[in-house]
Order: sequence, then structure tokens, then C-alpha cells
Amino acid sequence: MFQIKEQSPVYDVCIVGSGAGGGMAAKILAEAGLKIALMEAGPDFDPADPDSQTQLKWNYESPRRGASTPTRSFGDMDMAYGGWEIHGEPYTRKGDSEFDWFRSRMVGGRTNHWGRISLRFGPLDFKRKDFDGKGDNWPIGYEDIAPYYDKVDKLVGVYGTRENIPNEPDGYFLPPPKPRLHELYLKKGIKKLGIPVIPARKSVLTKRLNDSRGVCFYCQQCNRACNVYADFSSSSVLVKPAGETGNMDLYVDAMVREVLTDENGRATGVSYISRQDRQEYQIKSKVVVLAASACGTARIMLNSKSDRHPNGIGNSSGVLGHYLHDSTGASRSAILPELLDRTRYNEDGARGMHIYTPWWLNDKKDLEFTRGYHIEYGGGMYMPGYGVGFGMEHQNGRIPGKDGKMKKAGGYGLSFKEDVKRFYGAGIGFAGRGESVPQKDNYCEIDPDVVDQYGIPVLRFNYHWTKDEIMQAKHMQDTFEEIIHALGAVPNGEKPGADTNYGLEAPGRIIHEVGTTRMGTDKNTSVTNKYNQTHDVDNLFVMDGGVFVSQADKNPTWTILALAWRSSDYLIDELKKMNI
Amino acid sequence: MDRRRTLKYLAAGTALTGFLFTSCADDKKYQVAGVPKKAKNPFGYGRTPEELERDKNLSERSFFTSDEAALINVLADIIIPADEEYGAATDTDVFTFIDFMALDRPDFQIPLRGGLQWINQESRRRFNKEFVNISESQQIEIVEDIAYPFDAEPAFTQGARFFSILRDLVACGYFSSKEGIEYIGYMGNTPHVWDGVPQEVLDEHGLAYDQKTLDECVDQSKRNETMDWSGYEL
Repeated sequence: MFQIKEQSPVYDVCIVGSGAGGGMAAKILAEAGLKIALMEAGPDFDPADPDSQTQLKWNYESPRRGASTPTRSFGDMDMAYGGWEIHGEPYTRKGDSEFDWFRSRMVGGRTNHWGRISLRFGPLDFKRKDFDGKGDNWPIGYEDIAPYYDKVDKLVGVYGTRENIPNEPDGYFLPPPKPRLHELYLKKGIKKLGIPVIPARKSVLTKRLNDSRGVCFYCQQCNRACNVYADFSSSSVLVKPAGETGNMDLYVDAMVREVLTDENGRATGVSYISRQDRQEYQIKSKVVVLAASACGTARIMLNSKSDRHPNGIGNSSGVLGHYLHDSTGASRSAILPELLDRTRYNEDGARGMHIYTPWWLNDKKDLEFTRGYHIEYGGGMYMPGYGVGFGMEHQNGRIPGKDGKMKKAGGYGLSFKEDVKRFYGAGIGFAGRGESVPQKDNYCEIDPDVVDQYGIPVLRFNYHWTKDEIMQAKHMQDTFEEIIHALGAVPNGEKPGADTNYGLEAPGRIIHEVGTTRMGTDKNTSVTNKYNQTHDVDNLFVMDGGVFVSQADKNPTWTILALAWRSSDYLIDELKKMNI
Repeated sequence: MDRRRTLKYLAAGTALTGFLFTSCADDKKYQVAGVPKKAKNPFGYGRTPEELERDKNLSERSFFTSDEAALINVLADIIIPADEEYGAATDTDVFTFIDFMALDRPDFQIPLRGGLQWINQESRRRFNKEFVNISESQQIEIVEDIAYPFDAEPAFTQGARFFSILRDLVACGYFSSKEGIEYIGYMGNTPHVWDGVPQEVLDEHGLAYDQKTLDECVDQSKRNETMDWSGYEL
């Protein structure tokens, strides 16, 4: 019925996915002179394009005032095309498993809207098993990746400060922005508890980095993608320069279904369905790099079955899709009475926090969990949008009014109107982001019964948190409560208890999912070697978060970038040596 | 792969590592295959074709009847009346926003429509007239019974639940409007240079930046100077 169309050129490398890992691979490999096909499942996207722009738009320009929609999970102005559910592209969960999968279909993928928190993993993070006996060590150590973190810092740009904290390695930092008012209160209160607070580390350009990108103008909207490229998006920082080498063709709206192989089981390219005409096409290449996100890549590999790869390509170990793990997350919020009726001024800074708390209890052995978490802080006078003024009945009955008297919660009229103004900018928020212990039993697999609208079999998730993650969330809540009390703040809502796993978010919700194609020295227990090359197929590489052995309590992007660069250098070297 | 070709690629690559910066997004220096046509966008901000179609469709429809709209407007101005300087909720057309949300999020439909019915039933029970036709003091009498959800009598809890939802939407519609933003005092969403909390505000709160913070944070007078890593040690 379908005529499969082969594209004419044979590329040196076909890269699937244009996010952090695929973008980095495209840039390094194209600049090395290799001919690249870059495959993206969504449309083309450039943060500087005025047609797609939401940056500096007012929420009232949106008929829903910026509220989220099924196509923009994080709000109408957020720059992620996709979200927790994509129409026509389902995924499923087995039994009582919980897992939510955030996908972004566009050039640059999820890097267009992410939080820009850019943390290096530390020496301990690669060898956690040595300390708690759980999970596995990485086949590499900090010293292997450090030179690439250095290069990423200088290429992409990250602000921060050199703190000399053992497991929080310093980098080549741009100077950070000054803390805001609520952050000064937080610093003061938290210091008393012996919990560290240091400047955030984010890939936002507080100073000029080079002539091709602008400098941050403090609109607080990195999640809307930056028109002057003053933050890191793969689309602007990696894919664009890769294209400008003249060595790359970008294929958009191309849903890659599988890796094609020859009779020896080696990769020969990929097949994809065009979202425009629903026809199937093929790309031929000498090397295939998968960077479609940890789960996207696992799905493509599991769907790439042949006589030589009966369980999916690169899956002779049977661990493909296994060891899937996300960061833990739990949060709480409060009202800081000192900020009621605060003086107004333009407080927009770089998006999100200017300060944070790195994990501070690595040496403590008597916790009821073994891996750490960091704390992100929120607050400030944000642009009013959907949600402003909501739930006033949970606030204005809990703090005395200007006259010092308590009043009934809720209300209407001028007194209510004034209350919304009074409480504006007085909230503070706490979000813990922690390391989970990877489990073989947490995995994604191909659902035997379900295909998406392109006919491609979909993923089914199997995932349960263990006691480690639940007790870590309990510790987060205890810490948040301690901080709230130290600040003299008024907590919102009840403290989450055991009935809700202490507010522990469902797996996937933190969007740090990794581990499905983990690296290792033993080909029976891992999918790739320490250079992101699959054990089974020498011309098949994985350059996304799938290769993580463990996630650390650090956001994964910086490590994805560093590993993709390292792997690309290795690939170039292997090609030079004629080993591939 | 042929060894000489590989080397040729690599050699060619070294000459091409530099690249030009262009600010015009359409001026692609490379081939992009499979680009769809762009749809016309009547909204002032970026939309995907799928979103355009949905939002256009919703904008052309209305969920509430004209009677319901009148009742929402009366309640909206009770929730947010005008003061000496700023207008009332209806001056910012909160109804259009609430009507759109009822279509955008159908979960609002039954609680809102049912709540409006509840209000009229209560009004007829007490005063034998619909809510929009009773006196202001009679309207306030009913509102007083449902405006404080944690203090509501058992007979009024459903009404109080409705009022809380409507209060959320009216407040949101007002405070996210152009006028509401002015009233609330948000001063951002414009390019600026964040250089810390203004001194007078620090003084008001008895706070100060410590010397370490001042030393390590960005010197905004030098923000446009290209970062120089010489002498920087890890």
C-alpha cells in the first residue's frame, strides 16, 4: 500500500532528536565536516522567530490569560509544543504504575522551555554504589567528564559562583544576578539552620559570551524561549550553528519509527513517517545517533526488531528500557508576612530562582534514605496571569489585616480587592529535587496492544517508587517546615503526610527521566559503553539522558550536553581510525 | 568508510567551524525538509496551527446565555467594585474571559451554570424575584451568606462553593487585565537591567547585600563586555 521513499543522499550520521543531546551531536559532528541528517518529530523552531514569539507578550493577550491547555501544559505562553499528553500519540501504564511523560515536539525539544538549572554532577554522583551499596556505579568518573563540562560552560554559558563544595563542582561561571527581596529573607532565615544557600547556577547570559548571542534583559521568561538567545536552547545555541556549517539537513515533522539494519545487524539509517503526508521515508547513513529522549530512544530501539536483533536493536542484554528513573520532587509554599503590602518596583530577574540550596548531608549516615536532594526557591512579584487572585479564602483569613484584626476568610467588595493587592508578591515556595535509586523493575516496554496514529507501537510504563524516595520526600517536607518556621512564615495548606507519600510527585513529573539505555562496562547489564556507543552495534550511539546510570540530585541537561560532546569526539576519532 | 573521504570531511570541517549570525529567522543557511505552511494568526502571540484552530473556534462561540451574562456581571461588580481610582470588574470585561474559560475548560460549566441557578433560586425564595431584579441591599444579604466558605451555614455551602469559584475567576479576570495589573502594581514585562533590590526597599526591610554578594554578582556596567576567562581558575 505504502511506497517507502528513500531520500537520495547517504549521510555520514543520522541524528534522531534535536534537543540537548542531538543538538550537541549535530554541532560537533557538522563542524567536524561530517554530513548530517538531523531528524525532528515536531516543526522547525527558532526562538528569534516573531511568528512563534510569546516572550514579552502580556497574559491578557491570551483569551485564557495564559492558562495551561492540553497543548501547552505549562501555560499558554510556555514554549513547549506538546506536554503530558499529545493528541494521537498515547502511552500507557501497566497495573497501578504511575508515570507521566512530558514530550516536546519542536526543534530544540524541551530545551526551549526548561528551567536552565545547570548543575555538574560531582565525583560522588558517579560512584554512589561505593557509598550506599545501592544501584550501580558509572563506568566513568568525574575526571572523565570534567573537561567536557568545562567546554560546555564556555560554549553555552552558565552563571554561578565558585564555592569549593566537594560534590558540587565549580565551573566556568558568568557572574550571577543579585538575589531578590524574598531571597534575601530566605538566605537570612535558612543560614540560622545551618543549611547552605548559594547563588543559583543557570544557563542564562548575565554577560556577553560571544557575538552570536545577546545578554539577558531580565524579563523573567526563559520558559518562553529567548528572542536574543540569552539563555540556552538547543535550537538557538546548537542546531542553528550546526546548520550554518552547510553540512546539515534538518528533517522536521519526521516521526522516526525504527533503526534500519543490514544482514550483519549494523545500522544503515532510519525509517520515519512524515507528519505532513503520513508517508514512510528512509534516511540512509553510515552512523545512527539516537537522542530522542531517554524514553523516545528506548521506544525506537525496542521497535527496531530484526533477525539479528529479535528483542530490539542494542538489547542483547535485555536491560533496554529498564532502570528508568526520574528525579524525586516535593514542594510546599508559605506566605511571608514581611512581604505583605510591599513596595512595588520591577523585580523581574532571570527566570526562577537566583539562589538555591545544594544537598548538604552527604556525610550523614542515619537518614532513612541514602541519596540527596537540592532545594529550589520561588517567590516574587510575577506578571499577573491565570491564577492571580485564586484561593484568597485560604490566605486572607489566616493573617491579620492592616488594622491588626483577623477577618473571615474569603469575602467580596473593596476589602477583597485590597486583599488581592496586599498578598501579591508575598508568597514563597520550596521545591525539593532529589536523586532516586534506579531499579531494574522500573521500566518502559512496548505495549503489545496499542499503536499511535502513525501506526508505531507505543510505550507502556512500569514504575513504583521505593522507600528511599518516600522517606526522602518526608525529609524534604520536614526541612521546608523547619525553614518556614525559622522565617516566621505562614505555611499554605496542611503538611503533606504519609497518606500522600509526603507530597512525592508521580514518577516522570520532574521531567528528568533517564537510565533506559544505561552505560556500563558489562554488556550483559548495560546497553552502551562508556562512550555512549551501543555494545551490540558499533555504528549506533545514544546521546541523550538514556545513558545515565544514576541521576544525582542535579538536573540532567549539563551532563547530557557534556556526554554528547564527549561521545561525538569519540565518534569522530573512531571514524578517523576507520574503526567504524 | 573510505579513509581518504573521512579525512577530507574532517579537513573541510575545520575551515567551516566559524559561522555567521543572522537575526532573521527565515534566512536559513541550510535545508529544512518538510516545513508546513504557516496559518494566519489573529492572536497577538505565537500559536501552533492546531492551537489557532481551537482558539478561533472557541472565540467565536459563547457558553452563557444573555440572562446568565447579566447575572455574572452583577455578581462580578459586587466581588470587585470600583474604587476612587480604578474601575470595577465589568470595566475590564471579565465576562468575556469567564465565558471563554467555560468553553476552554468544560469542568467549569456545570458548577457555574448550576451556581447561577442556585443564586436565582435563593433570590426567588427570599424576595420572589431574580437576583438581578432585587435591591442592592437584598443582593448583599445573599452574598453575605455565601462569601465566607468556612463560616457558611449548612444551607448555603453549595452557594458558597459556587461563589468561591466565581470569585476566583472574577479576580483573575480583573487582576490579569491591563487595568488590574496597574492596580496591583506589577511593573515588569519589559527589558530592563536587574541590579538588586532598590536601596530604599532594603532600608524599609532592614536588609542589605553583604560584601561577598556584591563582589560576586554581575557588575551591570560591564554586562556587554565579552566574558574573559583569562586568569579564571577552577
